[in-house]
Amino acid sequence: MTNLRKVTVAVTGLNNIDSPGPGIPVIRGMRESKDFDLRIIGLAYEHLEPGIYMSDLVDKTYMIPYPAEGKDALFKRIVEIHQKEKLDVIIPNFDAELFSFIKLEKKLEELGIKTYLPSLEQFEERHKSNLPAYGEKYGVNVPAGTEVFSISDLDNTLKSMNYPVMIKGKYYDAYKAFSLEQAVSYFTNMSGKWGLPVIVQEFIKGTEVNIIALGDGKGNLIAAVPMRKQYITDKGKAWGGITIDDKSMLDLAKKIISKTKWKGGMELELIRTSDNKLYLLEINPRIPAWVYLAVGAGQNIPEALLKLTLGMDVKPFTKYDFGKMFVRYSYDMIVDLELFSRLTTTGEL
Amino acid sequence: MIIKGNIALSENGFVFNPSTGDSFTLNNTGKEVLMMIKKGKNISQIADLMIAKYDADRITIERYLEDFVNDLSMNNLMED
Repeated sequence: MTNLRKVTVAVTGLNNIDSPGPGIPVIRGMRESKDFDLRIIGLAYEHLEPGIYMSDLVDKTYMIPYPAEGKDALFKRIVEIHQKEKLDVIIPNFDAELFSFIKLEKKLEELGIKTYLPSLEQFEERHKSNLPAYGEKYGVNVPAGTEVFSISDLDNTLKSMNYPVMIKGKYYDAYKAFSLEQAVSYFTNMSGKWGLPVIVQEFIKGTEVNIIALGDGKGNLIAAVPMRKQYITDKGKAWGGITIDDKSMLDLAKKIISKTKWKGGMELELIRTSDNKLYLLEINPRIPAWVYLAVGAGQNIPEALLKLTLGMDVKPFTKYDFGKMFVRYSYDMIVDLELFSRLTTTGEL
Repeated sequence: MIIKGNIALSENGFVFNPSTGDSFTLNNTGKEVLMMIKKGKNISQIADLMIAKYDADRITIERYLEDFVNDLSMNNLMED
């Protein structure tokens, strides 16, 4: 019997819902590692995040404050959790919380908690609103777009664009608008939900393809798997997808990781047009929710990320299986009220 | 007339293009023709074999074959 390294890992993004967070698939990947004896600590924002109740995957869950409460409130709560759990690693999985975690990186390190995150500069420059400048800087095709701060701003912007246009939230959500009225409605909805600015982007027609990538912060691409969405929900989320053999996508991921020296997981959201051009729509600065497809295709990216975080040597993956599919499903868990009440009253379960 | 090297064709006529993730289902005749194209046969050679097997004249068979090859091209299954 081998001696497995005991590691306590805290993970966010347990909202395994119709617009799923990556927490649960990240945990599944790490749990498949043959090198660790893991204790998984869930960090949750909402009492009904399904991952909280998945006791075969998550050993214990603690509620943490919303990102809007600021990094100090988050740090204070992590210190409390750390006193009980002796965390070795935190893997944040939400765009909206990354700013705080990046800012807290050094303070967490002083406590003995490791993270593996991009720098603040890397994080900021890939924002949707900065995409045109990003495309120019790194030589990548991006749709024309701009950020808008008010309805009159939106009105002015749309005068020089053709419909349909994409209206996108600062962090999440994107809707196709066919008229000014629709665009205004989405703007109001999105600014209320995610704040300002809202991004208006040229609509590019084509096939939606994504690539997951892991960078080591020194310009090396450690892992990458391209996927084509096969079934897309009304929220634009992949409910089914297939790994594809696309060298141009791998080359693009390699180019971006190498030029930006990105540290950590990322997802490139792309459109392939009928004339075979790739357009970069978004860069998500963390592992995507479909990461388990990469695990199934032979690249256990969550395990590799954990190893990198712990300072272990990770050799870049050189292959993956193409033609592997994922089909997502929903599943009703039965939860005793006692568990829910314990979580709501004590903040832990 | 060359089919892309990485196109997979299964026994039951399922065609998969790993570059795009597209998949297609062929009937027995389509599968038979695609296998002959994979073996390097041209339309005229395939027509020779099909005339012996099916009750149709060469012009009709070649027209169907050209349509079929055109479909394969449209769906990115043929080399340019």
